[in-house]
Amino acid sequence: MTPDKPKPQRALPRVERDFDWGFLIVAALSFGSAGYVLMTEGWAVAWAILLEDAWLFLSILPKVMLGILIGALIRVLIARETIEKHIGEGSGLKGLILAGAIGIVFPAGPFTIFPLAVIMLASGADRGAALSFITGWLLLGLNRAIIWELPFFGTDFVLLRFLISLPVPVLVGLASRLPIFDRFSGSKTKRAS
Amino acid sequence: MIVFGLTLLLASVAIWLSWVAARRNPPVLKDGFMEARDQFLNLLPKLIIGIMGAGFVAHILPKDTVLAWFGPNSGLMGTALASLAGAATPGGPVVGYAIGAAALKAGADLPQVMAYVTAWSLYTLHRMFSWEVSTMPARLVLLRAGVSLPVPFLVAGLTTALR
Repeated sequence: MTPDKPKPQRALPRVERDFDWGFLIVAALSFGSAGYVLMTEGWAVAWAILLEDAWLFLSILPKVMLGILIGALIRVLIARETIEKHIGEGSGLKGLILAGAIGIVFPAGPFTIFPLAVIMLASGADRGAALSFITGWLLLGLNRAIIWELPFFGTDFVLLRFLISLPVPVLVGLASRLPIFDRFSGSKTKRAS
Repeated sequence: MIVFGLTLLLASVAIWLSWVAARRNPPVLKDGFMEARDQFLNLLPKLIIGIMGAGFVAHILPKDTVLAWFGPNSGLMGTALASLAGAATPGGPVVGYAIGAAALKAGADLPQVMAYVTAWSLYTLHRMFSWEVSTMPARLVLLRAGVSLPVPFLVAGLTTALR
């Protein structure tokens, strides 16, 4: 990390800006199934499940808070321009690895990631780097994994999934660079606007 | 033990980043904290409802069906179904994890759940249409989806091999 001069305040991206209807589905499922268990099996069973859930929640809460804090700090520390610069220069296998790694650690929502990928393309990165970046974020985004995946699945699952998926961003980048896909993006010569 | 180690690791990273921010400029650190607080308050209700729901959904999921479709003997067909289900699950940070965890509790096999989470992460149709197509060139979206198509199978296969 280079000690950049602090930039003038820019609007920080929020994680959730739009109405999240995916969450609405979860809420409906949650309350629906809770109500169903309550009606069919009574208080004792429902209470036991609730206690188990509450314990799970409490045990992951510190990690969630730390994950959020780390994400927020990275966001205020690294200027978006810095990332663009480094990925724009990247090419070859090193570029793919770097792009994937940045995708993994970059804390942001989809409204930042996809436009950023387009900017990367426009500033000279090839389609492989752009897709490696997106795939790294989608599949292995650290921020999301700590805040969301860990609570639901636990450490073993997440670590195993990370271990297995680690090469995927680079593989996706390599595959997308195959000449047969040349007509699918105007990366190097045609600039995405 | 591993869990505690991870918490320690996260704490050290948070402290280090705070130190970097404070050294650069104290207001930057304050920004970071404010941002974190806002985000935490925003996420908290979702997390509570999501975790609560995963327990209840797992309890009422039809175990026989889950076992037959995604259980240890579901094989390649189970992986394909899981990937399909992943693509059909709406985006957003909670849904796929909540459903995947519930399915795991209800008897789905690890490789199938891995495939489901991977497919949901990589090509949930909802996110592809609402975010990707609207911000990126359609050809690039198509290329990304096409290249990612076999990934859940790869992940499921490796899970079987590694566990």
